[in-house]
Amino acid sequence: MKLYCLSGHPTLPCNVLKFKSTTIMLDCGLDMTSTLNFLPLPLVQSPRLSNLPGWSLKDGNAFLDKELKECSGHVFVDSVPEFCLPETELIDLSTVDVILISNYHCMMALPYITEHTGFTGTVYATEPSVQIGRLLMEELVNFIERVPKAQSASLWKNKDIQRLLPSPLKDAVEVSTWRRCYTMQEVNSALSKIQLVGYSQKIELFGAVQVTPLSSGYALGSSNWIIQSHYEKVSYVSGSSLLTTHPQPMDQASLKNSDVLILTGLTQIPTANPDSMVGEFCSNLSQTVRNGGNVLVPCYPSGVIYDLLECLYQYIDSAGLSSIPFYFISPVANSSLEFSQIFAEWLCHNKQTKVYLPEPPFPHAELIQTNKLKHYPSIHGDFSNDFRQPCVVFTGHPSLRFGDVVHFMELWGKSSLNTVIFTEPDFSYLEALAPYQPLAMKCIYCPIDTRLNFIQVSKLLKEVQPLHVVCPEQYTQPPPAQSHRIDLMIDCQPPAMSYRRAEVLALPFKRRYEKIEIMPELADSLVPMEIKPGVSLATVSAVLHTKDNKHILQPPPRPAQPTGGKKRKRASDDIPDCKVLKPLLSGSIPVEQFVQTLEKSTQHPPVPFLLEQHGFSDIKVEDTAKGHIVLLQEAETLIQIEEDSTHIICDNDEMLRMIRIPRIPLSSKLRCLCLK
Amino acid sequence: MDPECSRLLPALCAVLADPRQPVADDTCLEKLLDWFTAVTEAGSSLLLLQENPCLVELLFHVLKSQDLSSRILSFSLRLAGIFAAQENCFQYLQQGELLPMLFGEVGPLGGAAWTAPAVRSGWIQGLRTLAQHPSALHFLAACGAVDTIFSLQGDPSLFVASAAGQLLVHILDLAMRGPAEGRRSPQACDWPACAQKIVGHIEDSLCSTAIPQVTQALSVLTTAFGHCHGLWTQGLWVRLSPLVARLLEKDPVPASHSLVDLLLSVARSAPSSDRGLWETLAQTLSHLSPTQAGPLALGILKLQDCPQALRTQAFGILLQPLACVLEAAAQAPGPPGLLEGAAGDSMTVDTLLSSKSACVGLLCCALAHLGLLQPLPQRPSPWPQAPLLGAAVTILRLCSGSAAPTSDVGGRLCAILVGCGRVQRAALDFLGALSQGTGPQELVTQVFSVLLEYLVSPESSSMVLKKAFQATLRWLLSSPKTPGCCDLDPHTQLFLTELLPVLQKRLCSPCWEVRDSGLEFLTQMTRHWGGQAGFRQALLASEVPELTKQLLRDPESYVRASAVTATGQLSSWGLCASPECPGAQQESLLVELLHILSTDSEGFPRRAVMQVFTEWLRDGHADVAEDAERFVAGVLQAASRDLDWEVRAQGLELALVFLEQLLGQRGSHCPYAVALPETAPPGVLAQALQVLCRVQLFEFAFRALFDCDRPVAQKSCDLLLFLRAKAAPCGSPQEAGDSPNVASVEATLQRWQAGEQGQPLGYLEPGAVVALLRSVDLEGLRDTLAESSDHVEKSPQSLLQDMLAAVGVLGENEADCY
Repeated sequence: MKLYCLSGHPTLPCNVLKFKSTTIMLDCGLDMTSTLNFLPLPLVQSPRLSNLPGWSLKDGNAFLDKELKECSGHVFVDSVPEFCLPETELIDLSTVDVILISNYHCMMALPYITEHTGFTGTVYATEPSVQIGRLLMEELVNFIERVPKAQSASLWKNKDIQRLLPSPLKDAVEVSTWRRCYTMQEVNSALSKIQLVGYSQKIELFGAVQVTPLSSGYALGSSNWIIQSHYEKVSYVSGSSLLTTHPQPMDQASLKNSDVLILTGLTQIPTANPDSMVGEFCSNLSQTVRNGGNVLVPCYPSGVIYDLLECLYQYIDSAGLSSIPFYFISPVANSSLEFSQIFAEWLCHNKQTKVYLPEPPFPHAELIQTNKLKHYPSIHGDFSNDFRQPCVVFTGHPSLRFGDVVHFMELWGKSSLNTVIFTEPDFSYLEALAPYQPLAMKCIYCPIDTRLNFIQVSKLLKEVQPLHVVCPEQYTQPPPAQSHRIDLMIDCQPPAMSYRRAEVLALPFKRRYEKIEIMPELADSLVPMEIKPGVSLATVSAVLHTKDNKHILQPPPRPAQPTGGKKRKRASDDIPDCKVLKPLLSGSIPVEQFVQTLEKSTQHPPVPFLLEQHGFSDIKVEDTAKGHIVLLQEAETLIQIEEDSTHIICDNDEMLRMIRIPRIPLSSKLRCLCLK
Repeated sequence: MDPECSRLLPALCAVLADPRQPVADDTCLEKLLDWFTAVTEAGSSLLLLQENPCLVELLFHVLKSQDLSSRILSFSLRLAGIFAAQENCFQYLQQGELLPMLFGEVGPLGGAAWTAPAVRSGWIQGLRTLAQHPSALHFLAACGAVDTIFSLQGDPSLFVASAAGQLLVHILDLAMRGPAEGRRSPQACDWPACAQKIVGHIEDSLCSTAIPQVTQALSVLTTAFGHCHGLWTQGLWVRLSPLVARLLEKDPVPASHSLVDLLLSVARSAPSSDRGLWETLAQTLSHLSPTQAGPLALGILKLQDCPQALRTQAFGILLQPLACVLEAAAQAPGPPGLLEGAAGDSMTVDTLLSSKSACVGLLCCALAHLGLLQPLPQRPSPWPQAPLLGAAVTILRLCSGSAAPTSDVGGRLCAILVGCGRVQRAALDFLGALSQGTGPQELVTQVFSVLLEYLVSPESSSMVLKKAFQATLRWLLSSPKTPGCCDLDPHTQLFLTELLPVLQKRLCSPCWEVRDSGLEFLTQMTRHWGGQAGFRQALLASEVPELTKQLLRDPESYVRASAVTATGQLSSWGLCASPECPGAQQESLLVELLHILSTDSEGFPRRAVMQVFTEWLRDGHADVAEDAERFVAGVLQAASRDLDWEVRAQGLELALVFLEQLLGQRGSHCPYAVALPETAPPGVLAQALQVLCRVQLFEFAFRALFDCDRPVAQKSCDLLLFLRAKAAPCGSPQEAGDSPNVASVEATLQRWQAGEQGQPLGYLEPGAVVALLRSVDLEGLRDTLAESSDHVEKSPQSLLQDMLAAVGVLGENEADCY
């Protein structure tokens, strides 16, 4: 069993698991932090951005000044933003059989994988993941395509040139593999390869393994996956939450008894408690608005925004903010708000019960009805007519590199009355703000990440007790900025195995057993004998038939019948040959009795030892650490009796025929030793 | 005993002795016992029994009856104890062999009733009351009661067990006192047998391997040293201290809590020259685990006379955990720690790192103990203010995760403490307590920065924030004033500019507790600093006043109440008004508060408004003073309709302030002052009465006089008495009958008194008021109101009647069932 790690981002994982004969890709997250190196794409012509000076080398060489621009001491690439794809060289991705998606944030690289690698398999995901994932992709494509940029910078990616650039461009990894955004056509094609699944649904993969999605409590339709065969169980935990927010709660019980638990997608801000952050968000929002300032919330069109709107729904009246308009601007704003209301079965219990009342599960419906929350596809069109200040605007993209948020940053950045509140944890807010410097606007960082923190992880691991834990290397040491916080890492026994991008990990467990089915007619012919309460044995003669990773014991083909007349009785045919049962023996050999039997000369020896001819006269018994050695000097034979094996060492076959010890040692391993 | 009670007593005794009658409830029996105690204290018990033979009969009957309830049995045992407390009565009861039957082997002790804890408890209490004289001692010895008491020490009922221990101490005290007391040697040969037996039992228990036994012995001794002050206790200590000391040799020390209690109890009662005791204490300190030793150390430091070495050792114990934290968190070997040389005791470090609960427990105890010690005059000197400040700051930083210790111990401590609310609260309390002392400027700066860190941090829970606000306030108020300048010092000023934006944010918090503590903090700060130019400037430049005003409409009533108090305070200092149009703003605040008073659905905001108004009137707030009459009239009108009695009572307070402003202060309460008549000059008086009538103060006061809530009525009575003393001390020009509507007013008042308060009083002429004041029996009313509400029902006679009525003996309806 091997794990190929294709992504270095712990919350945007992309791993490939080779298990039995299957190749399973676990998530395909797209690392978008690469876009932070690019200049923002303004919706409206921005004189400030277009007049930024070009960057030149220390020696004054300005050959890069078309590609790189300088802004407040930082250098940005002036080109269409590009994304860092998962590793494509580590494993031939066309061999991937299936892709399992755990949540809509972790599928953003799907078009790159399904459309450009020769992938021919199936993608499994829940319906909300697909629908909301589609919205996210649609928004992304829309944001980038509506601001066409003629120029594409590639000179700077040259390794020799990259070395000369200032940080962070100098340190950017794998720049040669960075790709521009996919098209809507590719998105549609990729999504068409998805097969929808429901929680706890069991999906057979080639008969070899079974995969099952479980609720992970993080987002609408988010799942953890169980990948199991009859005797092995691998749990893939990615982006889970134990907090009571809108999605169905996390299913922990089903993760128990895993041999391996792959743990990714923990909170990116382990020091910030989501509740405190929501409080902080509300306080700052209300403070700004009371002062007549505007609030900008860069966010994704789905996810935490639902919870934020719900909190605001409860908060705005009490804070006297009822008259303040809330705007939600995204090409998919409408769909997102409406989709959230129809996925009732994927919601937490409270929200589900509302549906039966019937009421909309999320209170943002009421905010929209009462005109407190308005949504628009873009700043163009209706929005410009309705726009009233002071106001609160939710819009994307959280990287501040594209989308309507760029416009608001340019519009409001100059006034200290306004505030931008970062709630999405995916991007460093300082880096996101870099191309907008100098900035007068207030910046508040309230990252709301509801995914598991380290305390919850250690409780979870204690509860589900996996044999081995595998996780990104970032989780096995304290964060670099807080190296003394030993509480901010995974602490488990045995220590977690860690992986990093482009690493192949041999998972530390061996497969030992395989399930074999017995055909009913064969089973019918078996005559088990109880050898101790609850344990019965039977001898089986059969043909092992293997197909599609399934093993079946079938009745052996009948020996060619002598064509002796037509009066063959069917009934007697079906009766197995072994009608006269020979006793089946088990347990340890009583040495004294054995020796006595060897010494006796009898044709019908008592069980358990069958001795066909005369007894032996010169038997010696030696005790060894593991059992006994019986020496038959005359016959030059040595019988070695151990707990779970018996060996007879002799020179001639005659002897072997004399001594037959039919014995099945009753150990847990049930190893059958046949001596002839 | 009054004859009526004597008459009722036989019937009552019959009821009590009758198992078929439902037993009166426990409170009645308790009241009955109280009454008998009072009666026997006032006179002879013997006489009482002789005059009321039914009582002794009751006791005999109880003994004979098999199916009496355990309550009655318990009651009888206690009653017998009360009677037998007087020696002659004891003898009288002894003649009838009653006492052995009640308290001896043949009594309930051997019967089925003994299983009821109430009976065992009654038995003990009866003996406790009875044991007052030497005859009682003989009796106890003769009936073998002491052995029973020994066994009751381990009773499953904690009340019984504890009472048994106390009874032992009482008997011991009774036995050891007396003429020979001072001369008794510790070696017991001349101790009374009873005392010897008890002390022998204690000695055995102390040597026992069973911890409950040791605990019992220790708690008996603790009671003895705590409650008995005879010289014999010293002898007892001399005799038992070796056994106590031997407990320390065991590991772990058994019953350490009780041991600490005992040692402290002995130390408080022993003479300071007892060197052995101090040695035992020192030994105990070093044997107990850090967590167990804390309370002992604190107790030792609170002692008045105690050797310096022991105090130093005890103080070291308390400081140890903090010293460990300081050492673990130190970046480099810095200034000398809390404990020179001994810092970082390994046992303490082990405890701190053993588990989260042990670490949190030890630190919280250490912080709490030191916090208690800080304000005491006998606190150790020199008091290590600076290292303690450093330790508190360090702990707070470890808890917030902002400390970055380099040592291994520090790292583990940080992992344990990060986000721990309990330690944060304890450390903030302690930090607040330390504000009473000074510290080096550098440390004080650190204190303010850590406080600010907590106030800013979104991770601070509401309770932690409250404590952080409290500690900040204490530090701010204790910050030094620049000499020769009445304004804030530059550090404080700087801090304020950082603090106010934080406060602003907190006032917008979605958590109401946070908004509430923010407002409380603002109120306190304004109360102390409202006059400081620096503070005023900073506050007015911020949005805090505006936000505070907005919180008057908060959905949470507690927050509204705090907002009312805060805006009231701000307004008193003229900090509410925006500089452009002061008048309009203020006016609207008054209107807004009046609106709250008359419409708010919750009591707290309305009470707060009344308090603010009273304060405004008292301090002569500009807008109130402008038209005080209209103001008072409006407020009283709103308050009189209020359903909350506290609002009405506060209305009377406001009325009183108004009265005093019109008529002069109330007489001084100094009992030695010569009481001169302080009537107002007639001209002033007439005017004042006119005003009072216009604002309808009388209607309000008279209505309150018959208020169903006693405190309101009392307050009103006081107010009217004050008014009468000022306005109509004796004959005044106008006589009662002069005013035509007095009679109708009196009639209305009578109806009010009867509970029909619907009818208004109508406009009153000053003359009618004076007449009314004279005609109403205010003194009588005051006396009635001063009695507790059950004074009528409290007499013994009514108690007996009630008990009899409850079972139908007094009623005529005995035959109702037919």
